[in-house]
Amino acid sequence: MKQLLILSGKGGTGKTTVAAAFIRLSNAKAYADCDVDAPNLHLLMNRSGKAERSDYFGMPKAAVDAEKCVACGLCMQSCRFEAIEAGDVYRIDRFACEGCGVCALVCPAQAITMEPAKSGDLMLFRGDTVFSTAQLQMGSGNSGKLVSEVKKRLFSAAPGAPLAVLDGSPGIGCPVIASVSGTDMVLIVAEPSVSGISDMERILKTVRIFGTKAAVCVNKYDTNPAMTERIESFCIQNGLPFTGKIPFDPEAVTAVNRSLTIADIDCAAGRAVKAVYAKTMAILFEESGAAV
Amino acid sequence: MRIAVLSGKGGTGKTLVSVNLAAAAKAAFYIDCDVEEPNGHLFFKPENVREKEVTVAIPVVDEHQCNGCRRCVDFCRFNALAFVGGKVSVFEDICHSCGGCALVCPVNAISEKQRVVGMVRRGESGGVGVLGGIMNPGEASGMPLIKQLMRDSFASPGYLTFIDCPPGSGCLVMESIRDADYCVMVAEPTTFGASNLQSVYELVKLFGFPHGVVLNKCLDGENPSEQFCLDNGIEILGKIPFDKILGKITSEGQIAVRESEAYARLFGALLQTIIRDVRHETTVNPQRKRRYG
Amino acid sequence: MKIALPVNNKSDDTDICVSFGRTPYLMIYDTQTKQSHFFDNAAADSPGGAGIKTAQFVADQGVEAVLTPRCGENSAQVLKAAGVKLYKTTGDSAAGEIEKFAAGGLAELNDIHPGFHGHGGR
Repeated sequence: MKQLLILSGKGGTGKTTVAAAFIRLSNAKAYADCDVDAPNLHLLMNRSGKAERSDYFGMPKAAVDAEKCVACGLCMQSCRFEAIEAGDVYRIDRFACEGCGVCALVCPAQAITMEPAKSGDLMLFRGDTVFSTAQLQMGSGNSGKLVSEVKKRLFSAAPGAPLAVLDGSPGIGCPVIASVSGTDMVLIVAEPSVSGISDMERILKTVRIFGTKAAVCVNKYDTNPAMTERIESFCIQNGLPFTGKIPFDPEAVTAVNRSLTIADIDCAAGRAVKAVYAKTMAILFEESGAAV
Repeated sequence: MRIAVLSGKGGTGKTLVSVNLAAAAKAAFYIDCDVEEPNGHLFFKPENVREKEVTVAIPVVDEHQCNGCRRCVDFCRFNALAFVGGKVSVFEDICHSCGGCALVCPVNAISEKQRVVGMVRRGESGGVGVLGGIMNPGEASGMPLIKQLMRDSFASPGYLTFIDCPPGSGCLVMESIRDADYCVMVAEPTTFGASNLQSVYELVKLFGFPHGVVLNKCLDGENPSEQFCLDNGIEILGKIPFDKILGKITSEGQIAVRESEAYARLFGALLQTIIRDVRHETTVNPQRKRRYG
Repeated sequence: MKIALPVNNKSDDTDICVSFGRTPYLMIYDTQTKQSHFFDNAAADSPGGAGIKTAQFVADQGVEAVLTPRCGENSAQVLKAAGVKLYKTTGDSAAGEIEKFAAGGLAELNDIHPGFHGHGGR
């Protein structure tokens, strides 16, 4: 199985739009949404039928037994995350609690225990194609573990699929690092703006640590052709394949609002994404030796 | 008066709105809490920049004191410690700095040192105080940086402060909005935008913050985010049209309010609407207990 | 000597797990007695530091060599400090790789990949 991950660094550049088009064009049998904080891919994939749901548990969190609490405040003094509130009975702020267990350790009345805490929902759609996604509960730590779970479920449900397309998450932290792990190639969707270029460079630094094949394409390129050229030059200077550019297209908004991918309708963005797709796939499947 | 600007998703215009509102206010603070991918400084290009490292506490084990009991290794819920080759190894980038290992050590062999995880920077741009944080790539969490920014942001209370939040509705966002007086949610006119607006709306409601929505990139035709606001009785503070000129100005890293009369007026009016709303809320609701200020 | 392999099932005919740190089970094989023992990997469920915990367990078992397709930098650091050697597996079958190792046919694992920092926090 070859795994292609779509990333951007910056949010709103069009990762999901591009990922969905790639899924449509490749007729991929396996795909996943790794943006567990703000998943959007399901809005374009039109999966009918029920998903197999699972609870996702992050770190266990502290809980105070009101009967035993003597309100000494030692827990609050020891907590480094400001997760404990004073009161007749002390209370844990479940959003701030990082699950370290120090409060449970210091409590003289043994009133604090560490309890399993659900922090998200995993969903798996099976059928001709397998789609794995998840939703992190708000206020939760955006963990790589949930992303790894999403991928794990995808691979166990579709072990024979020749290609898996992964819609990545924004940023450069935990969840991105977890999404890159094990992939054969990362396609970075860049935005031609000062912010977009800055974020693209940061995400490249993160991806480079893994030595995975990487390529760059530009979305909404005509909103700033000069910036687009800067990105192309940057790629040349850094030996990164540039797999094409997609124009800004109001039809893309129409497609999204009708739950269609840009490859499903006849539009400028759709035509351009086909070219980006062809170039990207050529790199993904070329036999050039180990990625590391 | 602290106004947090957030959206459930990146790229909707949080930075556009928070940067331009701060610039429209002329004397204000702008805080960039998107410590993974900060962008505000690209627009403000602040001068007189002072930097400060942000550190976290990491355990240091005195090998001579250590008796090999492994209580620290067993206690650590993050698996940041291992006992191999006759001594304790500390995995610094996994450590959450909870201090638990030092507490359980029966022979007081554990002390602490500081490790740099990023920087906060403070500067000025045309009357706006610009505060931002940047996380070192490879670090797992931006929380220590955001906490530092929140502490620093109270250095000048009483100023109109705009908080440019990270995208999404995770723990980083929650920390950024904790001490806000008002939340401005920015939404795009697509089904993606409406779906993500819903997530961030849940967060804002949970905290009970007064709030309103700014609809960005508005085109003709249906606007699922606008519909969401109407369906849920959420106040629409203003609409920013999809405009190639605005897009060009912004993609060049310029501040619309400082480049265009029309946008100075648009954001000026938006600012007045928000201030009026915040003032109304402070008279109606009791003072919220602050964490940092 | 004892050797360890990350495996997907608790049986002698199991295949090898691609991940060391998050392997569901560990197979500990004694080259002298030719006996294998299977252990659940408690670390697999940790939001973070899974590799470290897995490596700690393996080191505590008195294992001298680990046969695995890949290994992250945190696990590698723990194993190295414990004097455990790493060998790169090339096939899927645990039994097959053990044979290759016994015949001296497995190379040492040198390409250690960076950690995944997937510790969640909340």
